[in-house]
Amino acid sequence: MSVDIEFLKTIPYFQGLGLAELEAIKRFVFEKSFDANEFIVEEGDPGEALYFVVSGVVKAFKTSAEGKEQILRLIRPGESFNDVPVFDGEPNVASAAAMGPVVLYGIRKSDVGIILRDHPQVAANVVKVLAGRVRHFTSLVEDLSFRNVLGRVAKLLLEYAENGTGLERPHLTQQDMAAMIGTAREMVGRSLKALEEKGAIRIDRHRIVLTDKKALRETAGELL
Amino acid sequence: MAQMPEIIRELCNGCGLCITVCSCKGLVLIDNVAVVIETVECDYCTECEAVCPTGAIRCPYEIVVEEG
Ligand code: SF4
Ligand code: SF4
Repeated sequence: MSVDIEFLKTIPYFQGLGLAELEAIKRFVFEKSFDANEFIVEEGDPGEALYFVVSGVVKAFKTSAEGKEQILRLIRPGESFNDVPVFDGEPNVASAAAMGPVVLYGIRKSDVGIILRDHPQVAANVVKVLAGRVRHFTSLVEDLSFRNVLGRVAKLLLEYAENGTGLERPHLTQQDMAAMIGTAREMVGRSLKALEEKGAIRIDRHRIVLTDKKALRETAGELL
Repeated sequence: MAQMPEIIRELCNGCGLCITVCSCKGLVLIDNVAVVIETVECDYCTECEAVCPTGAIRCPYEIVVEEG
């Protein structure tokens, strides 16, 4: 498959470029495919290329010392990843893996330098995209450091299970819970897993069973 | 009947991302809208909900207290 100019136009890094500029950039773009769950880059590797998702979804994640995966962000078509190591020349800060079959466009690091030099509009776009990324991570950091998300999830579950009867309580998605306690969906997923490991809840397919209310109350702590 | 994710048809833009991440073949696109097919293979991993850019897929949980 040859590189598609129409697709390049949809990439935020290439907004506002004319056809001639896109044609010039296209020469540097290569295509790569990955199967579900395949690693695309690994944390600590040198950043060799900047990637754009053409189809499918890629997850950027870090693995803790205990082997737990923390998803940092999901990268959907048009979005880029591996930008940080390509721009600053340091090793990869996170790993990236395909969540299903994935097609990517890549640009080698040295070619990214040429593109930034020859097309100032791209540099301006990069600043904008990275600023958006900083905002996303700032709110994640805020959640991690200033607020007790685990406690708030525990409190939500307790209040929810104790108020009203089954019929009048709408079922909640992880997205709903995130909106209710003012956090990101990733944080809710992580908290539910942690509560399950503690033995405070059991996730039974589409049912969250509160197995140890006392433990939940303790986790909710002074929030109750 | 196995509880399956729900699709809000009006929100679905037909991008197909949910299908690319789903391991159970429980999702298909029909007339450019995602449709759920009931299957025991779905393990309620909620990845389809996580990747949907428009919030068209919902994997709701019932919250109950363990009896006894
Ligand atoms: S990911 Fe969401 S918008 Fe895209 S096809 Fe699936 S349900 Fe529709
Ligand atoms: S919950 Fe998981 S297995 Fe079930 S339909 Fe969604 S992606 Fe597929």
